[in-house]
This record gives sequence, C-alpha cells and structure tokens, in this order.
Amino acid sequence: MIHKIAQLLKTNKARLLDGWFQKQLASETLRDDLMTNDELRAQSEELVNALTKTIHEENISQPDSSDFDEVFEILADITAQRARQGFSPRETGLFIFSLKETILDLLADLGADDEVMLFQESRKVSHLLDNFAIITFETFIKSREEVILRQTEEISDISTPVIQVWDGILALPIIGTLDSARTQVVMENLLQKIVDTGSSIAILDISGVPAVDSLVAQHLIKTVSATRLMGADCIISGIRPEIAQTIVHLGIDLTNIVTKASLASALRYAFGLQRLTVKRVETDKKAF
Amino acid sequence: MDRIPILRMGAFLLVTIQVDLYDRLALSLEADLVDMVHKTGARGVLIDISSVSIVDSFMGRILGNIASMTRVLDAETVVVGMQPAVAITLIELGLSLKGVHTALNVERGMTLLNDKFGQDDELAGDDADDAE
Amino acid sequence: MLTTLSKDTMAIMREQDVVPLRNRVKEVAVKIGMGLVNQTKLITAASELVRNMLRYGNGGDVLIEVVSKGREVGVRLTFSDRGPGIPDINLAMQDGYSTGRSLGLGLPGTKRLMNEFSIQSTVGQGTVVSIVKWKNG
Repeated sequence: MIHKIAQLLKTNKARLLDGWFQKQLASETLRDDLMTNDELRAQSEELVNALTKTIHEENISQPDSSDFDEVFEILADITAQRARQGFSPRETGLFIFSLKETILDLLADLGADDEVMLFQESRKVSHLLDNFAIITFETFIKSREEVILRQTEEISDISTPVIQVWDGILALPIIGTLDSARTQVVMENLLQKIVDTGSSIAILDISGVPAVDSLVAQHLIKTVSATRLMGADCIISGIRPEIAQTIVHLGIDLTNIVTKASLASALRYAFGLQRLTVKRVETDKKAF
Repeated sequence: MDRIPILRMGAFLLVTIQVDLYDRLALSLEADLVDMVHKTGARGVLIDISSVSIVDSFMGRILGNIASMTRVLDAETVVVGMQPAVAITLIELGLSLKGVHTALNVERGMTLLNDKFGQDDELAGDDADDAE
Repeated sequence: MLTTLSKDTMAIMREQDVVPLRNRVKEVAVKIGMGLVNQTKLITAASELVRNMLRYGNGGDVLIEVVSKGREVGVRLTFSDRGPGIPDINLAMQDGYSTGRSLGLGLPGTKRLMNEFSIQSTVGQGTVVSIVKWKNG
C-alpha cells in the first residue's frame, strides 16, 4: 500500500494535518506570542492543502518540478509573513521539518511491514521537504536583503542633505566615506537643487568625511566640475589639518578649486561673491 | 537642410538649441555662429542647451571650438542651462569644457556677459578696456 | 548569468539613423524604469559608439536588449560593424588617443559611463562593442 505514497498523503490529509498541528503545539519552539494557534492552524492547513493537491507519484521525486509552484508561492508568503512577525529562520525551518517528521511518522505507521519500501519512500519525502525548507531560508534571506537595500538607499539619501543657507547659496555637509556610488547621489542631489533654487554657489563641507585619499579627492573634483558645468561656483570647506597634510603628501592637485578651512569662512567668501556684507547693527534693542 | 536659428540681442547673440543634434547640424551651427560673430562684431554668445538631453564628446568638442573661435574674434561664449544629468555624464566622460563659460540660465548668462564688458553695448566700439 | 528578456535590432547606415537609435534606446531604458542620469549615460555612450561605427566601420547593426542578472535589470547594447577593425585595442582604450580628428574620449569615456564594457576586433573583419548599463548601476 505504501508505494502509492502521494495517494496515501491525499487520503490521510486530515490525519496528517492534525498530527502536524499537534506536533507544533507540543513543540518547545511554539511561538504563541507571535502568532495565535488559529493562525498557525490556518497556515498549516493552507500548506498541507496545496501539497496534497499538487503531489502525485511522479513529481514526488522531482522536488524542483514546476508542479509545486503553488506550494512554493505559499511557502514564500508564509516565510515573508513570519519574517515580518519576528520569527527566526530556525523557527520557520522547524515548521517545515516538523511537517516532514509528521509525514515520516505516518509512513512508518502505515507501512511498517515493508522496510525496504519504507526506506525508499522516506528518502523521497525527505528530499522533497528539505527542498521546501531551503526555499523558506532563501525567501528569508531575500526579504532581509531587500530591507538592507532599502536602508542603504535611505541612508545615502538622508546622509546627503542639501541646505539652502542663503538666497543663492547652498551647503552640502558630507558625513561619512565618499565612494563612487555616494558621489553619484551627492552630485544628483546638489545639481538638482541648484536648478530648483537657482543658486549660483554651492559649498561642499567635508568636515564629516573621515579620510581623503586620491579617490575621494577625485570624486570631490568631479562634483566641483559638474557644478561648474551647470554655471555655479563650488567651494570645498571643512578641511581639517590632517586632511590638508594628506592632500599634499598624496600630491593631489586642488589648485583650481576654492578651498576653505571652515564652513563659516566659505560662507564669508560666498557673501563676497554675491557682493553681500554682514554687519552688526548698533542698537539698544535686542534683534530677533 | 535644418538650421538652428541665431538671434541677435544687442551686443550678444543667442542660440537656443531645441532639437536633437546630429553631427552635421552641430558643425553647421559652429560655422554659422562664427560667421555671425564676425559679421555683427558681437561681444558675447549665449548658447542655451536647457532642452538638450544629451551632450556627447563630439557635441562637447563643438561647444569648446565655438568658445575658442569666438574668443579669437574677441567675443566670449557662455553655455547656459545645462541639465544635471548632462553635466554628470560629461564629467564622467572626461569632458569638463575648460575655457567655456557657464551660467544657470539665459538671464544669468546675460548678466555674466554684461559684467565682463561693462554696460557699453557699442557694437562698433573697439576700445579694448575689458581688462579682466 | 545574464538573461535576455527582450531584443531588437536596428541598422545604422547613415548619420540620420543616429537620432532614431537614441530615441529607441531611451524608450527601452524608460520602460525598465531607469533613472534619468543613468539613461543619459547610456544614450551618450550609445551616441559615442554609433559615431565610431559610422566613421570607422561604415555603419553596422545595433542590438538592443533588456537583460537581467540576479536582482539587477539593465540594457545591453551591442554594436557590430564590418569595418577595418582596430589593430591595437589597448591603445584605442587610452584617453586622448585618436586616429580621427576627435578628442579621443570615445572608447575610454564610454567605458567609464557603463557598468560593463567589452570590445572584440579582428583586423579586416570588423569590431563588436558590447555595453551594459544596470537600472540602478
């Protein structure tokens, strides 16, 4: 009877589902804090339904068969949902492995008389369900990667704010290392803001950049040149003494670029270009 | 044959490029502009490329040429309104258009030229007092 | 592994074919949601290579493909001509080298604009240049 394993799973679906659910409830890894038992039951049922619907005697030994697409889809959904709910990949993995155990138990129960057959069929089942477990890991990692990717984008966005400090003057404090991907974002943000605000002066403040090597310098020079092509002047400020030293030691040529030690002196220079002066007003009243 | 119109505005010439440039059109613009500067004695040339979505090395070379050629004829060329994406691409390509003046828009470009030559828009005035 | 999702070929015989090619490339880039800066880089690179093809190879064919690799989607352009070929590719890839009257930025500049760049040339048979720009590259 056991050589018709797919058929066996179909006819014993209720028993399988019940056994699996009981096994999960009894398990130490049950997380009723993250998911109610009803939800768990619904999830288990959905998977067992899909599995018993799609499985037959041929595809059981072809774990990658497209027959299982529906099962894969449900697995991916369940994994993504569990990842969001805070399940660890181990817990989701055990969810699948406990289904495997339940099926193997069932086989042992119904076919204990033919050990050779039992062994062969168990192998098939193991193979199939291991593949399912791998899918849950892959999905888990993929959804993590997506989170990381989104965060990377967010970080590079928020770490390059372009501030309008005066009419016609923009400042861009760069915090952290300046690699080529980051330079792209900096350039795009800065140039777009120049267009949007009609600014003619941009100050790149690099006091938050830990180190300047020839590559970083090249990125800075590119940004300055691109700004110039747009018709705006670009000043680099926030050059710390050790950075001035490295720049000279590395033989980096910044002679065509206006550089200032601090943002304040860059701003003063920018006012000069705009023909603006800042004066202290002699008055008794407090200025707001 | 397509031609890009050149407008005369006082002492300056204004060219607004609004079509996709192919090489021959760019070359004829170069020749027309140099002719026109010579004929009118214009002191400045404004090239508005705000509607141009790509500038490749050939087009970049034409812009550089126009600037150098008009300079020989005592006129300054200002390229105005370059799009951010175009500027980033040109820099990556290795072209920084040294020797070409740039401005954000036509108005700023005009101010830049006026600052360079003072307020005298005497076309015939050849007093070389544009000490820069 | 690079997978091709769609492909299209355009023949480039004359200078007038350049503008339609740029438009076609732009269309494809927009369709996959490529950002404006990357679009501009791609179209500029295409413009450089197609000029080379017309000037040195008497025209040729351009294959436009949407390709994917892992989670990346991008556009691949392959320029094939049956011109004289390039005897010394390393020399042609140097900034400032040119046999024609140009700035010599075409090939090295194009490489800088792209994520992937490959060139094969056989003297007397022609040159094939293939470039890839990823949507988020």
